[in-house]
Amino acid sequence: MTLSRRYAGFALFAAMTLALPFVLHNPYYLQVVVGGYIAAIAVFGLNIILGYTGQLSLGHAAFFGIGAYTVALLETRAGVPFWIALVAGCAASVFAGYLVGLISLRTRGHYFAIFTAAIGVMISIVFTNDQDLTNGNIGIVNIPPPGPIGPISFESPVAKYYLVLAALALAAFVCWRVRHSLLGRTFVAIASSEDLAAASGIDVMRNKRMALMLSTFLAGLAGGMFAVFIGFLGPDSSGLDVTFDMLLYLIVGGLGTLAGPFVGTMLVVILTQFLQGFEHYRLLLFGPLLVLLVMFFPTGIVGGIARLRARMAAS
Amino acid sequence: MHLFFQELLNGLVVGSIYALVALGLALVYGTMKIPNFAHGHLYMMGAYVAFFGVTIAHIGYWPAMLLAVVVLAAFGALLERLVFRPLRDAPPINAVIAAVGVLFFLEALAQLWFGADFRVLPTPYDKVVHIAGLVATQQQLVVVAAASAMMIGLFLFLKRTMVGATIEAVAQDRLGAALVGINPERVSMLAFAISAGLAAAAATLIASINLIYPSMGSTVLLKAFAIIVLGGMGSIPGAILGAFILAFAESFGATYISTSYQDVIAFGILVVILTVRPTGLFAKEA
Repeated sequence: MTLSRRYAGFALFAAMTLALPFVLHNPYYLQVVVGGYIAAIAVFGLNIILGYTGQLSLGHAAFFGIGAYTVALLETRAGVPFWIALVAGCAASVFAGYLVGLISLRTRGHYFAIFTAAIGVMISIVFTNDQDLTNGNIGIVNIPPPGPIGPISFESPVAKYYLVLAALALAAFVCWRVRHSLLGRTFVAIASSEDLAAASGIDVMRNKRMALMLSTFLAGLAGGMFAVFIGFLGPDSSGLDVTFDMLLYLIVGGLGTLAGPFVGTMLVVILTQFLQGFEHYRLLLFGPLLVLLVMFFPTGIVGGIARLRARMAAS
Repeated sequence: MHLFFQELLNGLVVGSIYALVALGLALVYGTMKIPNFAHGHLYMMGAYVAFFGVTIAHIGYWPAMLLAVVVLAAFGALLERLVFRPLRDAPPINAVIAAVGVLFFLEALAQLWFGADFRVLPTPYDKVVHIAGLVATQQQLVVVAAASAMMIGLFLFLKRTMVGATIEAVAQDRLGAALVGINPERVSMLAFAISAGLAAAAATLIASINLIYPSMGSTVLLKAFAIIVLGGMGSIPGAILGAFILAFAESFGATYISTSYQDVIAFGILVVILTVRPTGLFAKEA
């Protein structure tokens, strides 16, 4: 694909997302799309640590929860405006990522997955049990929507849509910048072999920590968005099964591909909507799908298409 | 002091269950180097099979447990053949993701077939016994006795039989085992079958004390991971020792510290160990 065609494709896609609220009038569907976008932001983060750097962080949803709870608590308890709370939420999530990275990234492979799963579950147990802070299983209700910036207010669903779209664009931009920089190539080098990367002079620990912090930043951003758009926040949002869901989205879309997180998330979220009344059992379908993908298409839909393209171009 | 011994008994019961679950996880990790994230869900399926064996088929308590063990062992072997064997040469993360896929499927299946209701497995051993001033249900004693019997049985099988020795051989060196004529794939399948069977037995034993529900395996799974990290991944005696250490820590922690943070103890232990020793306790290789 030539460069101009690639840009044309991207422009078309951007135009489609911008025009969506004018085409899709049903507020419920718009809500579904916004929910998908929020999940996709977090999945972009998972892609940095897992797709690029090769580290299976199973505590991802806990960082999403840290961002979400920080925003929700600052807004409801301290009356802090959304924008400041959002920055604080992202900062809290990045800082947590830094701390967790300090200890967990010394482990490798399966140990890292088990370690981060344990940390994630511990964080979500705290969210569930700390009645005073998080209101336990009842959760936090009536989280106020974002305040207006100048003349732009974020009360209407359409305005909210554009705000989340902007955050999604930011997440995609971060991934794109990272992937096409020395940092991103360093991450990929670490994924292919930590020892080799270290031998070529890469500070593996530092770069893995950087990748984890970038991933938790996006998780925190998604969490902050989640808190204000749903308006309700419970401990269910940060459990291990949420991380597993994000993993599903990423694998379907394409591990380590730029468009994968978005494509996978939206596809699974929208397909789930079509399963009407069967949503509870959607995993009956997606579970085996995950197994088959990992066996036959480990780089998901986006990677699979790229491979087909390359084969066609070669012949 | 009385409370102390009561908690010791509770720890023994919970530890027996943990040991059976962790043993299965360690067996599979030892032979295939796969952290089977679906193990907790095999445990859950085992509980349901036994439950329906007792309540619908009316085949009695022990036959129902046998049924659960056989069904899950067959399912475990099938999983190895269909899912994990094809992923042997793939990057190690792929097997974990596949295990998550299996976990998704099993939990949805349980939701669909059995619903979200909580159930209790009826047991013929529901009387209370008093031993030296301590109060226990017969079921608790059955748990400890049956689990001990199974652990001893597994130990003898691994150490005293040829087939058991092949499992140890593959765990030590897969290629070396293949060179001396052992079929590592058949051994992996066997390890998976035993692993799932043990999980089913553990779930059947505890299902008369705790509740049965579709996500009952999630917490147990993570605790079993904490245990095998504690005991050295893949080590059989380590898994048993780790299970009882964790169970006693939880039992006393709940009594003397806090019940709502009881589950944190396992993960706290895990985090501390991996922080101090990133390759786990008793790790053979770096």
